[in-house]
Amino acid sequence: MQVNKKEERRDPKITTIKLKKAAENVVEEAHKHKNPYIDIPVRSLSNVHFNEQQSIIELGKELQRRYFFNVAQAKKFLQTFLIASACKTLIDSGKTTSIRDLYYMTKHTIGDSNENTFDDQMDSDLIIEDLEVTIDALREELNLFASNRGALVGPLKLIDSGDKIDCSKMGSGGWSVPSIVEKNLVEFESCEAKFILMVEKDAVWRRLNEDKFWKKHKCILIHGQGMAPRGVRRLLFRLVNELKLPLYVFVDNDPWGFYIYSVIKQGSINLAYESQRMAVPSAKFLGLSSFDKDIYKLPDNVTIKLNEQDKSRAKQIIQYPWFKSKEWQKELSHMLKQGVKLELEALSAKGISFVTDTYLPDKINNKKWLD
Amino acid sequence: MVQTQLTDNPPPKKEKIAAETLAQNQREISVSEFFLKNRHLLGFDNPRKALLTAVKEAVDNSLDAAEEMKVLPEIKVDIIPVKGEESRIIVRVEDNGPGIVKEQIPRIFAKLLYGSKFHKMKQSRGQQGIGVSATVMYGQLTTGKPAQITSKIAPKKPAHYFELTINTKNNEPVIHKQEVVEWEKDHGTKIELELEAKYLKGKQSVDDYLKETAIANPHAHIIYTNPEGQKMEFPRATEQLPKEPKEIKPHPYGVELGMLMKMMGETKARTLLSFLQTEFCRVSSKVAKEIILKANLVEDVKPIKLGRQEADNLMKAIKQTKIFAPPTDCLSPIGEETLIKGLKKEVDAEFYAAVTRPPAVYRGNPFQLEVALAFGGSLPLDDFVRLLRFANRVPLLYEQGSCAITKAILGTAWRNYGISQSRGSLPIAPLMIMVHLSSVWVPFTSESKEAIASYQEIIKEVKLALQECGRQLASHIRKIKKRDYETKRKKVFELYMDELVESLSSLTHFDKKKLKDDLLIIAQKRTIGGEDASE
Repeated sequence: MQVNKKEERRDPKITTIKLKKAAENVVEEAHKHKNPYIDIPVRSLSNVHFNEQQSIIELGKELQRRYFFNVAQAKKFLQTFLIASACKTLIDSGKTTSIRDLYYMTKHTIGDSNENTFDDQMDSDLIIEDLEVTIDALREELNLFASNRGALVGPLKLIDSGDKIDCSKMGSGGWSVPSIVEKNLVEFESCEAKFILMVEKDAVWRRLNEDKFWKKHKCILIHGQGMAPRGVRRLLFRLVNELKLPLYVFVDNDPWGFYIYSVIKQGSINLAYESQRMAVPSAKFLGLSSFDKDIYKLPDNVTIKLNEQDKSRAKQIIQYPWFKSKEWQKELSHMLKQGVKLELEALSAKGISFVTDTYLPDKINNKKWLD
Repeated sequence: MVQTQLTDNPPPKKEKIAAETLAQNQREISVSEFFLKNRHLLGFDNPRKALLTAVKEAVDNSLDAAEEMKVLPEIKVDIIPVKGEESRIIVRVEDNGPGIVKEQIPRIFAKLLYGSKFHKMKQSRGQQGIGVSATVMYGQLTTGKPAQITSKIAPKKPAHYFELTINTKNNEPVIHKQEVVEWEKDHGTKIELELEAKYLKGKQSVDDYLKETAIANPHAHIIYTNPEGQKMEFPRATEQLPKEPKEIKPHPYGVELGMLMKMMGETKARTLLSFLQTEFCRVSSKVAKEIILKANLVEDVKPIKLGRQEADNLMKAIKQTKIFAPPTDCLSPIGEETLIKGLKKEVDAEFYAAVTRPPAVYRGNPFQLEVALAFGGSLPLDDFVRLLRFANRVPLLYEQGSCAITKAILGTAWRNYGISQSRGSLPIAPLMIMVHLSSVWVPFTSESKEAIASYQEIIKEVKLALQECGRQLASHIRKIKKRDYETKRKKVFELYMDELVESLSSLTHFDKKKLKDDLLIIAQKRTIGGEDASE
């Protein structure tokens, strides 16, 4: 149900009404001489749960009440309405803007103090996410977008903002994935790919593109420059659901890589409210696996010792309900036991094209993946 | 009397000098001569201090006299420059005390070591009894002019006027003029004398001394005119006279060998047993017998017949005998309420606290400590605390560093009370600390009576009183901090308010002014003094 509801872009008036309601509530509370507040769903591990049936992470019902008359919250409270007010202006004028631009739009000195409304884009980005989840609107419904991140190549033809794009003719850089890839902006025209290969890193993606891996294996090759941004995740979701393609994820062998995979598959903790329209539960983990070093007889000198941060992150991940399967527990335990990690580049030790000629075909053809 | 060897005539050659020859150069010197050579011991070290000492001795006497008569002191102090003599000043102090009978006037003002206070074990301001006559002599020695005294003992009695100097050879008064004069006062005494002195303002000045005197004596009304003609009035803050201190007999633990011998020589008691029982407090016949037994003496010996050796034995015996502490109802502390009244009228602060400790005893002498604090207000923010020391209501202006009170303040952990203090120095805060020691016998470190000797018992009591006041102060400082924090909070809210109202106004419609007012009301309610201040 919810999937469908969010599938289509809703009437912008609905967003405006929701913003208005939040503001009205503040005015009403103030008239009653009560401390004005806004209720914001908590976006942390404590307020997400793993929906095993759908295999996605969902946001819980826990709310955090943000008060104006609370020294610790007053500024965030003000920021929330500054952002809300700016979004309202965007919606009313029918313009969209980047979240970076919105940061500059709302940043200014407060009164005759030395204090700014925002000092860092990180602060305003977090407030935007708060607002999205609070009024249950998508970022694009607030007329906001992020800068493009991630790229795609493959036997896919699409229409991007009215322009026809042939993703098999994108040169070395590929098609840059926009932050908003909704149907009204991006439409798939035709596709000859058999699967999607999502790689963590730009560099590995270039290696595969240079080797024309996607041509040989008829796949869509995509990267997200590290943690996949929302545009890439939404695009993967649409490709999988609309074109019925299997998705393979190829990330570093470290806790961060595992987490990138899990975000694509089950959704993220921070953006759990987006899981319904972004998570791809059918995604498969191709590698690198902690066992690959032995299986593919990689030399010893390619491993990197886990640092303290890696170790504690691994110990956290091993506790996540969506990593509870036997295979994943084995994978994580093995990593912790060995005390080392592997980067995708480690495969180059067996030859520059080992990854394209040997490793990936072996993994995919012989279904050597983790679910 | 002091024996001294004069060395004006050194022997010219290495001859053997007979004792008789030496004896020719040895002579008795009078107290007056001794004073002349040792004026610093009595507080006349320099012209500035001489002025202060002169005023101090006269005012102390006036306060004591008025209290003895149970009238509220009215004291007028005039310091008048002498025309054409820049180094000279006239000091005039007038009181409403009981006055002095005609016959006694010359001896009281013009005979050193004459007075009623020296022998008494009673809390009083002057306690060495050298005070006012020393001033008369100082004036006479530096200007050659006699002191002018006027005194009247009752409305219907005549007022007597004297001009007096001291015969420095035999320490006897010299009367230059004596007459009956008209004086509109019912009773009182006025002294006027010229002396070599210098008037300066600031610390340790007459101004400071009188101000501090007014703080410790809020029952007194003092009118003061300085040499510049400026009149300062220190009004009365309480109509209540201090409780009259009771005279007590000395406690055996407090007596020294010389004093014991003197007492034995002067006593009317016929036997040692009765001497011990009648001349000392807390000595029952049982205790007296124990002392005599331990001293290896007999009970019915005449005290006057006992010599130095026996006295020494008695001293040792006293130390070995357990004797009750002296009675402490003989003391007259200022009292917490009056202390605060006195401070409030002279110091503009935001917080006051006072503590009167229960009496305690050092070496057989009862004493009692009081501490009062004034904090904030007009007191300087980043300076050392101002310390006011008092002994029997008299301000101590000199020798702060060697005083037991100062040591106790340095030894108190002020940081525990939210006051900053570096090691070994006075705390830094907008704070005035007043410490008052009442005792039948204040143990001064020297004759100029400026610093209290560091008896452990005294330091301990000062510290306890400071700690008690400190705790009250700490709770006040916590409150201020809380209030400052609330003010800051309120400012934060007010700062964001306009922005918030603007943001909201683009989202929905409402009366901006009404919303702003509502928010201000909530801010008030939720911050300083508001019912919901601590969220």
